[in-house]
Amino acid sequence: MLISSLIWLPLLGALAVMFTPDRIVRHVALAFSCVVFLVGVVIATGFPEWHTAQAWPADDTIGWLDNFGISISLGVDSVSLLLVLLTVLLMPLCIWGSYSAVQNRQREYYGWLLALEAAMLGVFCARDVIFFYICFEFTLAPMFFLIAIYGGQNRSAAAIKFFLYTFTGSLLTLAGVIYVAWQYASATGFWSFQFDDLLGFAARELSGSEQAWLLLALMAGFAVKVPLFPVHTWLPLAHTEAPTAGSVILAGVMLKLGTYGLYLFVLPMVPLAVVEYAPLIGVLAIIGIIYAALICWVQTDVKKLIAYSSVSHLGFCVLGLFALNPLGLQGSILYMLNHGLSTGALFLCIGMIYERYHTRDMDRLGGLARCMPVWAFFMVFFTLSSVGLPGLNGFVSEFLCLIGAYSSTLDGMTEYPGRYGPWYALIAGTGMILAAMYLLIMLGKIVFGKLNEPEHGSDDGHPSLPTDLNAREILTLVPLAVLCVWIGFQPTALMDVMEPSVERTLAAYPDTVRQWELAHQPDTDEQILVKTNDHELMEFTLKEQAR
Amino acid sequence: MSDMSSKLILVLPELILFLGSVIVAILGLSRSRTARSLVPGLTILLLAIAFVLVPAVYRTDAVEQAGLLMPMLGKYVKMIICVIGISLALIGSGFIDRRMEEAIEAGRARFDPLRVIRGEFFAFFLLSLTGAMLVCNANDLIWMFLALELASLPTYVMVALSRRGMKPQEAAFKYFFLGAVSAALFLYGFALLYGGTGTIVLVEIQDVLTEQAQAGDLSSLAILGMILALLGIGFKMASVPMHFYAPDVYEGAAAPVTAFLAFVPKVTGVLAIIILLGTFGWSLNPVPDADGVVQMQGGLPTPITAVLWMIAVLTMTLGNVGALLQKSIKRMMAYSSISHSGYLLIGVIAGVPYGLNAVLFYILAYGITSSAAFAVLASLQRNGEDLESLEDLSGLRARHPWMAACLAIAAGSLIGLPPLLGFWAKLYIFIAGIDGGQLILVIIACFNSAISAYYYLRLVGLPLMGPETPRSEAVQKTPVVWPRLAAVVCSACIVILPVVISPLVSAADEATEGYRIGAQEIQLPQPVEPENPEQA
Repeated sequence: MLISSLIWLPLLGALAVMFTPDRIVRHVALAFSCVVFLVGVVIATGFPEWHTAQAWPADDTIGWLDNFGISISLGVDSVSLLLVLLTVLLMPLCIWGSYSAVQNRQREYYGWLLALEAAMLGVFCARDVIFFYICFEFTLAPMFFLIAIYGGQNRSAAAIKFFLYTFTGSLLTLAGVIYVAWQYASATGFWSFQFDDLLGFAARELSGSEQAWLLLALMAGFAVKVPLFPVHTWLPLAHTEAPTAGSVILAGVMLKLGTYGLYLFVLPMVPLAVVEYAPLIGVLAIIGIIYAALICWVQTDVKKLIAYSSVSHLGFCVLGLFALNPLGLQGSILYMLNHGLSTGALFLCIGMIYERYHTRDMDRLGGLARCMPVWAFFMVFFTLSSVGLPGLNGFVSEFLCLIGAYSSTLDGMTEYPGRYGPWYALIAGTGMILAAMYLLIMLGKIVFGKLNEPEHGSDDGHPSLPTDLNAREILTLVPLAVLCVWIGFQPTALMDVMEPSVERTLAAYPDTVRQWELAHQPDTDEQILVKTNDHELMEFTLKEQAR
Repeated sequence: MSDMSSKLILVLPELILFLGSVIVAILGLSRSRTARSLVPGLTILLLAIAFVLVPAVYRTDAVEQAGLLMPMLGKYVKMIICVIGISLALIGSGFIDRRMEEAIEAGRARFDPLRVIRGEFFAFFLLSLTGAMLVCNANDLIWMFLALELASLPTYVMVALSRRGMKPQEAAFKYFFLGAVSAALFLYGFALLYGGTGTIVLVEIQDVLTEQAQAGDLSSLAILGMILALLGIGFKMASVPMHFYAPDVYEGAAAPVTAFLAFVPKVTGVLAIIILLGTFGWSLNPVPDADGVVQMQGGLPTPITAVLWMIAVLTMTLGNVGALLQKSIKRMMAYSSISHSGYLLIGVIAGVPYGLNAVLFYILAYGITSSAAFAVLASLQRNGEDLESLEDLSGLRARHPWMAACLAIAAGSLIGLPPLLGFWAKLYIFIAGIDGGQLILVIIACFNSAISAYYYLRLVGLPLMGPETPRSEAVQKTPVVWPRLAAVVCSACIVILPVVISPLVSAADEATEGYRIGAQEIQLPQPVEPENPEQA
């Protein structure tokens, strides 16, 4: 009941704001999102499964399409609850942050934002694949409208590109999931789309080649959303054109739908294929890290720079996920939260500048610390968090992802062997250096140096904003800053609650990797026998473990 | 009860529609203006009566005694046809003869029975629906042919009557001649089918074919006949290679008639194909195993599957790619309707146990969605004419927010965006396709859905986000309220029906009840067991 209110409350809010007079619509929207935030906090405080890997509540299921066992089943485990908290926290800040930026078609704007919140929370709470898919896809519609109505110059192209990329990919994911459900139905005699039924079933029963195709289908949907190189090209355009709140949500939460999908489906469903193709995915992630960082270096549009930096940062996230050890996975999940906080905040900061000067061009902005000291403080703070300054949140997660990749080796020394190694960590690590370079160069240009302040753009019907931030704007940034510091100093609190879920997800991996290793070693006499039977052997081992 | 009387009981709803069409035609010639204006209302009333009667007649014993191949197929489909028929009648009400009636009222013209066509139009409307419903009751090839033609012939007239000027005439002629060619084609196919099996009664054809298949020599004449029939009937559902007429005819006809063409002939065609393929069954694929013993495998005979497979792929792809290139709304919708025929064929290939049900459910979803889209087009006019280019829709929201919203919802459903109705239809088709072993076809359909999203998004983006142009500023509402009502109701259904999707899908399951494959009756796989240990 409490969980379901995370979905119907924002939906109700979306409906309510459609019939609210323009004058108070933003307050109503803010009120609804705050209530949803409170619900999230109540759930988090009463959550009984913080230190187990269980989903809670266990049986919140309403039948939907009974013929195929499709249902609305809700439940969160500790990892998804953290992402729920991130979402419910960011949404009120976004709505509050849009108070002055959005002046026309307000009802639709806040309606779509709340609908988007419902869909994103639905994704994190879903325990049924089709319900997950419905929410996952439905996020497209609100974001499409947010970009296409309230975006910048090139908005319609950006919106359409965003929609088509994500839609195409996730249709293939749907086909893959239906395939698994069909296999399940053939094996057991009844249809089900429950996570509990399908995930383990796929890992146990599907052959190596089926898993490889399934991996491709799942990656088609999730890699686009992450976005992983080379399917990242929708992101810079969408981020740059979206309105501020749209960018914050896009970077803060929607990209995490992709990595959450990887965590939720890819790792548990297709272990054989993951072990086989982890290096390929790792290489793509590293290319993304370096390539996007280099692009950032030459950007003149601040927002575009932050957008590309997301591609680079999410590369670490993926690298950590496929390191196949708890450190990497915890780092990766922590990275999802941190990236949401710091990049979301950076987009807010840049939105504040854009509202004042109507430009984001680094050549036209400079030395803003002289006239906007408060803004400059936050900008520097969040940039440093994004760079990964020790003591702030970004450092911990980035470091964990790299350690995860470093220790993910086949040398038999570690408890959790993986397919990466020092080289992966080393090359990805240069991404950190590049990040420091491009972000600090950006800071140097717009925050410090000679004052270069374009015309104040308050003459086009906007209510005039003060030179520096007003109280509302400061208050939208403060919670994020506090969390950044807290996570920086107390990452263990979060890592502890992730640990059981992470270990459950990785339970089958050490043996799968060892089997893979055995099968791929240079042939010695006693291993020829093993090699001929590798598939049966691997599947046998997995079945044993499942029992 | 004799064979004949049970047949008559089963076609009671159709009889009522048929008799009603005569009354409608006469009422349309009445001198009283009020009586004439009642014509659409009477049409809707008749459809409502038929809707209520359909489940009633299917509860009687007549179903088993009528000797039908798929006895229960009609129940669900006929109800859909009646409901969508009501919405189509709403869309069509008030556009035929509107100027004439206005002139008569204003005293500028005198009533002339020769020039008043509203009655005729709705009579033909009902006749065509009657034909579509009768296809389900076909127990032999002659009945099938007559029902198909009864559904088609009135549409030729409706296209010609729909507007003034040369365009509809040209469209009607194209439609008629190509329709005649296609009829010749499938009639020839029927003849070959008769040649291959020696009977025209569908149930007997099935028996003969089963015997032949079990003996290992399926008559190639029958297969050839079936393929010809598929191609010919493909004209009705606008599937490749018989799709060429669709864009021209859709464009030439007035929007309400286009709405009719996008639904009724398509349903007729799909039903006919389902019933004809039912004689082969979805388990008559003889494959000799290693010992030379012929085994029956799932699926249609290989040549038929191959032809259908190619038709499905080409229909989806050409439809969607064609729609990408269009600037005219109606031509775009025509190509879009072609592509939906392709999706339907996936279900037809998959057959039993899920494919046919998926097709029927898809028909329901598609009918509601396309009604919503065309109802919007029918409620808007520019200088008294239908909207033509997509540009006319630009900035529609500023003047007609409700219509823009309805169009956006309909487009979302056509894309298959969850949780709208169209998504569930596609989901069911995909599940059925994968269950029927057509994974590759489903993947092709996925890519096609992605292509279709591009042009459907224009129907969302232009009205809601586009700038107003001089062309679009001239767009007005049509004076009658009914098409707008249909648009709003259909859009509401698209949003609300997914909440109660389960009974709608289950109802489609009835359709294959009583249909026998070979010697066995189809057993529908059980839905989820209530006590599923892993869920509990």
